[in-house]
Amino acid sequence: MTKEIHANIPEGDLKDKWSNYKAKAKLVNPNNRKKLEVIVVGTGLAGASAAASLAEMGYKVKSFCFQDSPRRAHSVAAQGGVNAMKNYKNDGDSVFRMFYDTLKGGDFRSREANTYRLAECSASLIDQAVAQGVPFGREYSGYLRNRSFGGVQVSRTFYARGQTGQQLLLGSYQALMRQKETGQVKLYARHEMLDLVTIDGKAKGIIARNLDTGEIERHGAHAVILATGGFGKIYYLSTLAMGCNASAIWRAHKKGALMANPSWTQIHPTSLPQSGEYQSKLTLMSESLRNDGRIWVPQDKNETRKPKDIPEEERDYYLERKYPAFGNLAPRDIASRSAKEQIDAGKGIGALKNAVYLDFSHAIKEYGQDVIEERYGNLFTMYEKITGINAYKEPMKISPSAHFSMGGLWVDYDLMTTTPGLFAIGEANFSDHGANRLGANSLLQACVDGYYIAPYTLQNYLADEIQVAKTDVNHPAFDEAEKQVKSQLEKFVNLKGNKTAEEFHRELGKILYDKCGLSRSEDGLKKAITDIQNLREEFHENLLVPGDVEDINSELEKAGRVSDYFELAELMCIDALRREESCGAHFREEFQTEEGEAMRNDAEYSYSAAWEWSGQASEPILNKEPLKFEYVKPTQRNYK
Amino acid sequence: MKIYLKIWRQKNKDTKGQLEDHTLDNVSAEMSFLEMLDMLNLKLAKSGERPVEFDHDCREGICGQCGVMINGIAHGPLKNTTTCQLHMRSFKDGDTIYIEPFKAKAFPVIRDLKVDRTGFDDIIAAGGYVSVNTGQAPEANSIPVTHNEAEAAFDSAACIGCGACVATCKNASAALFTSAKISQFTHLPQGKKESAKRTVDMVNRMEELDFGHCTNTEACQIECPQDISVLNIAKMNFEYNKAKLKK
Ligand SMILES: Cc1cc2nc3c(=O)[nH]c(=O)nc-3n(C[C@H](O)[C@H](O)[C@H](O)COP(=O)(O)OP(=O)(O)OC[C@H]3O[C@@H](n4cnc5c(N)ncnc54)[C@H](O)[C@@H]3O)c2cc1C
Ligand code: FES
Repeated sequence: MTKEIHANIPEGDLKDKWSNYKAKAKLVNPNNRKKLEVIVVGTGLAGASAAASLAEMGYKVKSFCFQDSPRRAHSVAAQGGVNAMKNYKNDGDSVFRMFYDTLKGGDFRSREANTYRLAECSASLIDQAVAQGVPFGREYSGYLRNRSFGGVQVSRTFYARGQTGQQLLLGSYQALMRQKETGQVKLYARHEMLDLVTIDGKAKGIIARNLDTGEIERHGAHAVILATGGFGKIYYLSTLAMGCNASAIWRAHKKGALMANPSWTQIHPTSLPQSGEYQSKLTLMSESLRNDGRIWVPQDKNETRKPKDIPEEERDYYLERKYPAFGNLAPRDIASRSAKEQIDAGKGIGALKNAVYLDFSHAIKEYGQDVIEERYGNLFTMYEKITGINAYKEPMKISPSAHFSMGGLWVDYDLMTTTPGLFAIGEANFSDHGANRLGANSLLQACVDGYYIAPYTLQNYLADEIQVAKTDVNHPAFDEAEKQVKSQLEKFVNLKGNKTAEEFHRELGKILYDKCGLSRSEDGLKKAITDIQNLREEFHENLLVPGDVEDINSELEKAGRVSDYFELAELMCIDALRREESCGAHFREEFQTEEGEAMRNDAEYSYSAAWEWSGQASEPILNKEPLKFEYVKPTQRNYK
Repeated sequence: MKIYLKIWRQKNKDTKGQLEDHTLDNVSAEMSFLEMLDMLNLKLAKSGERPVEFDHDCREGICGQCGVMINGIAHGPLKNTTTCQLHMRSFKDGDTIYIEPFKAKAFPVIRDLKVDRTGFDDIIAAGGYVSVNTGQAPEANSIPVTHNEAEAAFDSAACIGCGACVATCKNASAALFTSAKISQFTHLPQGKKESAKRTVDMVNRMEELDFGHCTNTEACQIECPQDISVLNIAKMNFEYNKAKLKK
């Protein structure tokens, strides 16, 4: 049976919806707030900003992360920048344009109202971050500086050298620590959420494992916010951190929350290529590099000369050739797919012929090395540390890599999942980016969700919970959840097989990347599903986890994450298989235009797929949220 | 390459640790240092032994979670490089590598190479922020900051909180870490109002925790992956004295 799902979009004209919502939302009196407890899982930009903001309002907050400090959440790794509609450049930006760019960038597969709100709230974020002391780049006049990012023609990206994510995160981390000092926030670092606890259908708490001791803990609350980030690490090789996982949202999914568009993964065009079997991650080179770097491959696939010895006329600047209007700044999905085309055609460069050149020689000639150094110095340094190559002297080698999960928990306009009292914010939800996220829009989304949306919408929910007593962690629902978690952990340790979680993860990642990555086909996806099922079976028989359950044990942590990835991976393939169209990052080989561009099918697929757990990983139930476009007319994306 | 490892094993903070010998064949020069540890751990797991616990997450030099002493040097031989960014091309065939945790009284060992750096969070909690609630901020461009001041603030703000400075310092002082945050804000108009209180509170907190005193050996900047300048410490001392005088 499918669920009734309601996006709960407020009445009124697009530009008035959020104001109308705020004007009518229920409030909680300051005296009552201190009686209400909120669990926030995740301390990235979404989680830290929500936890700090809620604590400032007077709620009792418990904040969780698996790293040893909240400051290390993977938001810290974002390099390029954060978008906001300030129109400081006077280059024709507006809330509507930003909304339109985002919607179009997402290939018209997101909700108009949510996307509009993202653009609408963007300006306040810059104000907040500046007030916190985030050292954004400045003009000599002292005013804020902007640059442009892929997929747009205005300059609305704010940045702090190549460490924008770090600086924004430190801003919200510091706000969080300020609340910890007052006692308003209780911090649980090195804790991993292993289950959601629901009572009478409402989210009431979590089961977490203390990663230092192995102890299983129960935590109750009046509402739970999941801000657990993206799951691109499912591909094993990705730009994500080693610990990034889907476990929190996946376990919430198995407790009833719907998962939306799980297969929509952004493959970033500019990461460092894989150089060997042992490799554990792919490092991103910020997309901002495409502002000044030009992408090319040699025209001859048997080319052996050094890049600088290849004359201009024997190079193919394929993005500039195919997309003259946007050139090297074409959106990510297009840039990645074009790179794959060149690599598949045998024109890839490097020892494994798996990369393309990103060349700064022209920019260095035009502006001088010092300017390029000021813009991207730390990225060039990082490149040299990893590859041993000086990119001021020869072009970088880059290749596509799994990067961002557009999919995630399905949420309504309030960012509440289908489980009452369970909210999902930041990359963990599916809301604003449609089938492809524009660069610099996700730091923004994480922040806007946490600073500006959740504090209102959560309060709207909590207003009806004032009378509800503190959650009793001795409730049978907690007993049951704890029992399940413990028995799973024990099972892992007792299997005593001979393959580690990491080995399984590598294999799973390869299946997904090949068959459910940059391009997908019916045959490939069906094959992937069988392969995943077989490998999953093997995992549950042959897993090797050394060490004990009641102790610090990194191998055990990985086992739990990989176990969830196995189930989610199958859902991703099913989701990709059932969507018989191409849109954004979802490119189905059967559905492309004559020029090889994605071909959408609005008549049949203008919906978000919200999957329901049936108790069986192979038999998920599809619910559809139709997408209605009242303010823009979906067109075929054209970046030519 | 063949690499000989002498690697620290310790069950928990209350037990004594010791170095353990391991040998790895076929280490590739392209591998990162942590990938070499992954290789060791796979080998240990397969032979029924406990893998070595070590901290890491982003593996791209920015989260600050990794960090071990490599041949006695925090984060190893390369300048301004985190452990995760160090590659095996910095070593040669037949090398023996000593790997130990960041040792400091304020950083108790959790297991093997993992240490507890909560002290850093506590120092920030004491005052490392501008006290602005969500919603209170004025229009961003109403707070101009000159290009050079913003860049200088950034230089201090770039700290990743890894703890190499403490591990390197013979006094296990957290002066570089604390001063970097204090000086970031001295470059900015935001939060000037609470500057004196911030400085005193953060310095006092640092002293309450088990960090030692700074005696200006300046070893910390050399090992800092972000090259945070020791001038920050001078700045902190100046601000601290200024705050005390005002009182
Ligand atoms: C390398 C890289 C560069 C990027 N660059 C940009 C950019 O320039 N501009 C841009 O807009 N976006 C960028 N992005 C995307 C953007 O950084 C992320 O989408 C965004 O930061 C996500 O924030 P978040 O708060 O949702 O999640 P995260 O910052 O990932 O935080 C997740 C939090 O959840 C916690 N957590 C997860 N699972 C559990 C669990 N089971 N139990 C307990 N805690 C858990 C983690 O400990 C962490 O605290 C980049 C992403 C990457 C990977
Ligand atoms: S693992 Fe993040 S800095 Fe090394």
